Amino acid sequence: MGPFVPDPISPELNFVIALIIGIAFGFVLEQAGFSSSRKLAGVFYGYDFTVLRVFFSAAVTAMGGIMLLNFFGLLDTEAIYINPLWLWPAIVGGAIMGVGFILGGYCPGTSICAAAIGKIDALFFVGGLFIGVLFFAEMFPAWERFHESSALGPVKVYDSLGLPAGWFAFALIVVAVSAFAVTSRIEKRVNRQAPANNFRFRKHLTVAVVTIFAGAVFISLPDRKSRTIAMASSLEHLEACETSYMSSDELAFRIVDKDPSMQIVDVSDSLAYNQFSLPGSVNLQIHELFSKEWNTLFARRHVRKILVAENEQDAVIAYHVLDEIGYRNLSVLEGGLPHFRSLILNREGAVLRQDSVNSVVREFRQEAGTAIHAMIEAQRDRPKEPDKKPRKITGGC
Amino acid sequence: MNQVSTKYMNPYLAGFLLGAVLLVSIFVTGRGLGASGAIKDTVIAVVGKVAPDHAAESPYYGPYMNAERENPMKSWLVFELAGVLIGAFLSGLVSDRLSFKSEGGPFIANKTRWAFAAAGGALFGIGAQFARGCTSGAALSGMAVLSSAGFITMLAIFGTGYAVAYLFRRLWI
Repeated sequence: MGPFVPDPISPELNFVIALIIGIAFGFVLEQAGFSSSRKLAGVFYGYDFTVLRVFFSAAVTAMGGIMLLNFFGLLDTEAIYINPLWLWPAIVGGAIMGVGFILGGYCPGTSICAAAIGKIDALFFVGGLFIGVLFFAEMFPAWERFHESSALGPVKVYDSLGLPAGWFAFALIVVAVSAFAVTSRIEKRVNRQAPANNFRFRKHLTVAVVTIFAGAVFISLPDRKSRTIAMASSLEHLEACETSYMSSDELAFRIVDKDPSMQIVDVSDSLAYNQFSLPGSVNLQIHELFSKEWNTLFARRHVRKILVAENEQDAVIAYHVLDEIGYRNLSVLEGGLPHFRSLILNREGAVLRQDSVNSVVREFRQEAGTAIHAMIEAQRDRPKEPDKKPRKITGGC
Repeated sequence: MNQVSTKYMNPYLAGFLLGAVLLVSIFVTGRGLGASGAIKDTVIAVVGKVAPDHAAESPYYGPYMNAERENPMKSWLVFELAGVLIGAFLSGLVSDRLSFKSEGGPFIANKTRWAFAAAGGALFGIGAQFARGCTSGAALSGMAVLSSAGFITMLAIFGTGYAVAYLFRRLWI
């Protein structure tokens, strides 16, 4: 499952990959005509809409590809870089860049391409870039506060608009195709030698219709997470698939025994987890189980993953989600944590303990209860969770 | 000066290929493409070398001047942008577009064009710092991962471009 940085691709190898990706990026930009300021500026004056065509096609292709890779479980979209938003700096910065685009006729990436093939105006633009960054850096104290203002984090555009991701993707594809159609008409009117004059109408219409229909697929494409969770929670699935359970007694025995081939995974909400948790357990929400980060934890076949929760049903759902992802050697704590507490840990209410006919069992539960109590107490003083921050990939600019 | 070569790639095909490159980048490395970030890294590295005391005091360069930090030039985007330079050169070579020339509107002198190009570059350099990225890093890559930042930056760039295009029409038409 991608991404493959930082594991298994090392930072050094990543630089080599950066160079290769850059070569492909530069080659395509130049082939598209982005090394020509005249062509780039054309998008603002209507005589050449190449920028719009290339830019939108690229954005839609990459977006669709990411959604499909995520759907098939090949890419962990939690781990990729999502540009965080600083609302007002983004708007003001974008506006400054917009003026820069009209004056300069390039953007940074395209100016490098143009400079590479000898465009002199591009060299001036690149020189300007350095001056601009230097100016920004030297004057930084003057706008440091603004630069850090209205930080909203890595928000997704469909969340901002309150749309499901699939609908947004479809809408974007429709907007892109419509924009291609409209701007091609404008371009033909403005410029007799416009690239659009070479487009064959029939062919383009077919491609447009096919693209829109293909785009409609995204509407019905639930993301893998919600699809798997919904399936794992469905009654039919629970009836059809077997769940392996572990009794409270066995779990208590393994905890006291400090069994190294066992990992308790608590899927209760963090509030409940903070109030009560078993020794050595990790707290994960069901939607977090998909993250690539936990792959190493769940993929260890010889380690039995015991799913526990305040509500047994939650642990069963987590069990089937993990089973669906492809992890093996799982168990659910029978009866959930409340049952475990009343059977093993509850000192006074010995009701359940009493109805056990076997005095050996009774004795074991008593001893285990005391031992586990001590372990929980000891754990209270230590930080409970391992570092839960996902290893985010840094990117941007 | 008013010449546009017509032997460029079909724009939709080019867009598809560009999207594919971006997709590969995100799939393999978890991050998209960029350009302005590499300029920033270079500026930081140069200032750090030329005026180390000044850089260490500055709230902007300061955090990068820490001895434990890697050289700012050892960044993903610097390597990527070096690749862009090579890739674009190769493309110009195979398509026979290598030549020293300037482009601009039909009624504009070279020197004026150069002055405006430099001014535009400077504005782009400033704007990209506020927006945390330029057309590639913030707008294109940001849109591909469906980040609000990507869409807002893209709309701000092109919206402002259209808003002021008329004022500067003599530069291009």
